[in-house]
Order: sequence, then C-alpha cells, then structure tokens
Amino acid sequence: MPIKVENLVHIYSKDTVFQHVALDDVSFTIEDGEFIGLIGHTGSGKSTLIQHLNGLLKPTSGKIYIDDVDINSKDVELKFIRQKVGLVFQYPEHQLFEETVYKDVAFGPTNLKLSDGEIKDRVKNSLELVGLNYEEIKDKSPFDLSGGQKRRVAIAGVLAMRPKILILDEPTAGLDPRGRDEILNEIKSLHKKEKITIILVSHRMEDIARLVDRILVLNKGKIQFFDTPSRIFKEAETLESIGLGIPQVSDLIRQLRKRGFPIEDCISVEEAKNAIINVLRGKKNA
Amino acid sequence: MLKDITIGQYIPGDTPIHNLDPRIKIIITFAFIAALFFINKFFGYLFVVAFMIMAVGLSKIPVRYIFKGLKPLLVIILLTVALNIFMTEGEVIYTIWKLRITKEGLIQAAFMALRLIFLITGASLLTLTTSPISLTDGIEKLLNPLRSIGVPAHELAMMMTIALRFIPTLLEETDKIMKAQMARGADFETGNIISRARAMVPLLVPLFISAFRRADELALAMEARCYRGGENRTRMKQLSIEFRDYMALIITIVFFLAILWSRYFVK
Ligand SMILES: Nc1ncnc2c1ncn2[C@@H]1O[C@H](COP(=O)(O)OP(=O)(O)OP(=O)(O)O)[C@@H](O)[C@H]1O
Ligand SMILES: [Mg+2]
Repeated sequence: MPIKVENLVHIYSKDTVFQHVALDDVSFTIEDGEFIGLIGHTGSGKSTLIQHLNGLLKPTSGKIYIDDVDINSKDVELKFIRQKVGLVFQYPEHQLFEETVYKDVAFGPTNLKLSDGEIKDRVKNSLELVGLNYEEIKDKSPFDLSGGQKRRVAIAGVLAMRPKILILDEPTAGLDPRGRDEILNEIKSLHKKEKITIILVSHRMEDIARLVDRILVLNKGKIQFFDTPSRIFKEAETLESIGLGIPQVSDLIRQLRKRGFPIEDCISVEEAKNAIINVLRGKKNA
Repeated sequence: MLKDITIGQYIPGDTPIHNLDPRIKIIITFAFIAALFFINKFFGYLFVVAFMIMAVGLSKIPVRYIFKGLKPLLVIILLTVALNIFMTEGEVIYTIWKLRITKEGLIQAAFMALRLIFLITGASLLTLTTSPISLTDGIEKLLNPLRSIGVPAHELAMMMTIALRFIPTLLEETDKIMKAQMARGADFETGNIISRARAMVPLLVPLFISAFRRADELALAMEARCYRGGENRTRMKQLSIEFRDYMALIITIVFFLAILWSRYFVK
C-alpha cells in the first residue's frame, strides 16, 4: 500500500491575520512495509502532515494517494481510508472513554459493524500485540490503569481497526526511559510480525535511528532529508542547525574518525561496541 | 471544523483604539449602545456611521472582521425585520396573501435592523481590539466601587478571565478528540438525532475528563503561586488614564450630545 504525496501545501487559517503555512510543497513516496521515522523540531509540521494521510485535514493544495487512490477526491469514502490508515495521536490515552478496556478497544471494530466473534478476536489480538494480558485487563476501567498501560490500550484501540498503515504521533511522549523502550520495541516487533507500513513521529533521533528504514526530516514545513539513518547522520551539522541532533553513539564514532580512527558509521550502541572492539583487536594484531 | 467560532476573538494591534484604557473603552461602548436607543430619525444614524468609521478606521481592523460578528445573529436580525414589517399597523402599501406591508412597518424594520447591526458591530469592535485579560481587568476596576455592597468584583473578573482563557483550549481539545475518534471510525456527521446524540459520548466523556484535569492543574498552579483571592492584590500592569483616553471621552460626549440634539431639537 504505497503512500504518495505530491506538492502538499497546508495553510492554517488562510486569508486571516492568523495565517500560517504549516506545510510547504511536500512531496514523497513511501513503499509497502517500510518503517519510516518522521522527525522535526517542534512546530515543523509533523502532526499536520500525518493528519493529511487519513483525510482528517484537507490539503490547501496538492494531492495524496494511498494505493493509487486520491483520498480527497469526491467519490472516496473517508471511512474506508481511515480503516486502512490507523492514526495514533499524541497522548492517545486522552481519548479513552468506555467503562472497560474491552469496550474501549472494541469501539473501532464496532464502528466497522463487525460480528461479535470477530470483534472479540481483534480486541484480544490487539491487546496482546501491545504487550498486555487480555484476561487480566479486559474488565478493568481504563481510568484505573497506569500511564503506560493507558497508552497501550489506546494504541490497541487503533490496532483493532487492522490498519495496513500505522502512524504513531510521539507514542513515547511523557513516558519514563523503560516505558519508552518497551513501547518502541513493541512497535518494532509489530512491524516485523504484521508486515504493515509504519510511520513513527518523534523529535528524538535516539529513539528512531535504530528502528527505522528511512528517516524523513521536516524543517519549517519543508522536507530537509528523506534517506536512511546512516546517510542522514552524515549531515550532522545541518541537523544541528535545525534543532535536531544525531544519536550520541553516531556522534562518538564521527569524533573518533575525525581523529584518525578507522571506523564505519554506526547507529546503535551494540554495533558501535563491536566495531570499536574490532578496530582495537585489529590494531593489536597488526 | 470549529475554526469559525469567533467568540471574543481578539486581533492584536498597536493603534489608538487598541491602546485605550479598557475601562474607558467599556464605558464608551455602553454610551454608544445607549445612544443607539435615543435615535428616532434616520439622520441620527449619520452620526453613528461617522463615529463607527472613525473608530474602525483608527483600529485598522479589516472591515470584514467587523461584519463577521453579524453572521451568527443574522437569523435574529431577519426575524426582527420580518416581524416589524408585517406586524406594524399603518398605511398599507402592499399585500401578499394575508400579510400586509405597511409604510410604518418598513420604516420601523429598517430602524430596528440598523440599531441591531450597529449594536453588534460596536460590541465586536470592543472585543476585537481588547485582549480578554485587559477586558476583565477593566470590568473588575469598574465593578470595584460596588464591592462595598457585596459584589465580588475580583472573583467575577477572575472567573471571566479563566473562562475566556479556556475557550480556545477547549475548542482545540474538542477538535483533537473528535479527530482521534474519527480515526477509529466514529461518525459525528450522519444519522438521525438519537444516533448523533449517542455518537457524542466518545467525545464528551474525554472532554469532561480533560476539562476537570485542567481545572485541577490550574487550581494547583494558582495555589502554588500563593493565589489567595483579591485581597490586597496589586497588578503588574497598572491601568492609567492618559491624554488619549480623555480625548476619546470628549469625542464620545460630543457624539452623545449630537444624538440627543437630533432627537429633541430637530423637527
Ligand atoms: N489548528 C491549528 N491552527 C493554526 N495553526 C496551527 C494549528 N495546528 C498547528 N498549527 C501550527 O502549524 C505549525 C505546525 O504544527 P504541527 O502541530 O504540525 O507541529 P509538530 O511538528 O507536530 O510539532 P510538535 O513536535 O510540537 O508536536 C505550528 O507552527 C503550529 O503553530
Ligand atoms: Mg505534533
């Protein structure tokens, strides 16, 4: 299910004194099954961009194709698009409303008018995908859960729609480091297991560098880069100038190489450790 | 989808109108509205038009903003006009079916419409050029003399400030939750009244929860900064009456006198 965006422009409050260009001529293509990181400084237009992908916002100009269908043409049912493209908002736990976790996760599938059996399957499956124990949690009130659990329930609520494309807006905002890693790992394994396209929005390079295939960097409503992590990290200066950094390990490797250490780019601590050990061993042997 | 609501929308600026003391602006607005009710001849509106043109011109607010405030009240204005046209007794000039249009009715309708239009645009000009904070500041100061008879001026003003402050926040929040539920297939736009009302549950529950959470946080934040009500409170920005405020008052008095003159001394 490729996503193709062509010359997308979005202007908030057009023709008023509050006019604000949030997206400025954005074009890109995302292939089936890719894991994309969307990164940018606060206010760069990330949330605006993703809301276009399931028709919640209409472009001021430009086109969006999902599976070669122009989603803003008159004869397209938005309900259909929203089922294909699942969107998890920032702080999704604020949208919980039902008495029990089960009912809340079932909200999406119920709207799709599925059979009770199918709904139950989906709820169970979705809760397990986000690492929650179905039997234990299904009858609890969503408001009695911890922050991390609430967020998982909310994500499960979107997964239950069985989207082919899953977009998550800062799913780790406000979580502690452990909660953050857990959620990110679950998203990663979800990508592996379900083979769906995932777009992960973040403003922390550290979080997404090791997970994603490609990174789309937004700066003031324009695309700055759209490439693999290792190639993007070569642009450390530009990234810093637009308020983003590169992961500490990548920076360390760069510094080492500047001082004559023969080492390749790395994006995870593990990789870097092995590379450094290899270089050191190699030196000793030589 | 909720962007069209412009209650108390304020357009920042640095013009003589924006910079008037809010107390003076409130008083002038009331004087203006009172004057509208003294007018009994069309030619009295000439002064009103002149006054409005001057005020709007000085404020540099685009004219369409002034008229935007009329939109939600269009129905009321049309209703008033219709009632006046058809219900006033007098010299009949036209009859449609059983409805009689009278000359007096037409005049009366035009009069009422003009009065309403100027009333609304005058009030909009006040809110368009005064930030909610200084507006409530002004109201508090104006109500202060009534404290001795038990009017809780500060508390009223604080409640208004907070309410005004949270209108945009709540609208934004509504928009966000609506979108989030729509992403899960919720449908707020189709269906009959009952199914639409039921569709509001997934919107209202999170909205109330977040409103209470915000109220809680705000109360805590205010207490943490030692807010204890209005007793002996001083302000960072003291209101003060300047030369331009006296000028504005004088112009308003002249305007008011002109209206009175048109009512009582012109045949
Ligand atoms: N409803 C709106 N009305 C007017 N302007 C808006 C609206 N929503 C966002 N903006 C503006 O558009 C710009 C982009 O906002 P957006 O929410 O897409 O940023 P973001 O990249 O998601 O930022 P963050 O990392 O803080 O979530 C911002 O400057 C913001 O002020
Ligand atoms: Mg955002």
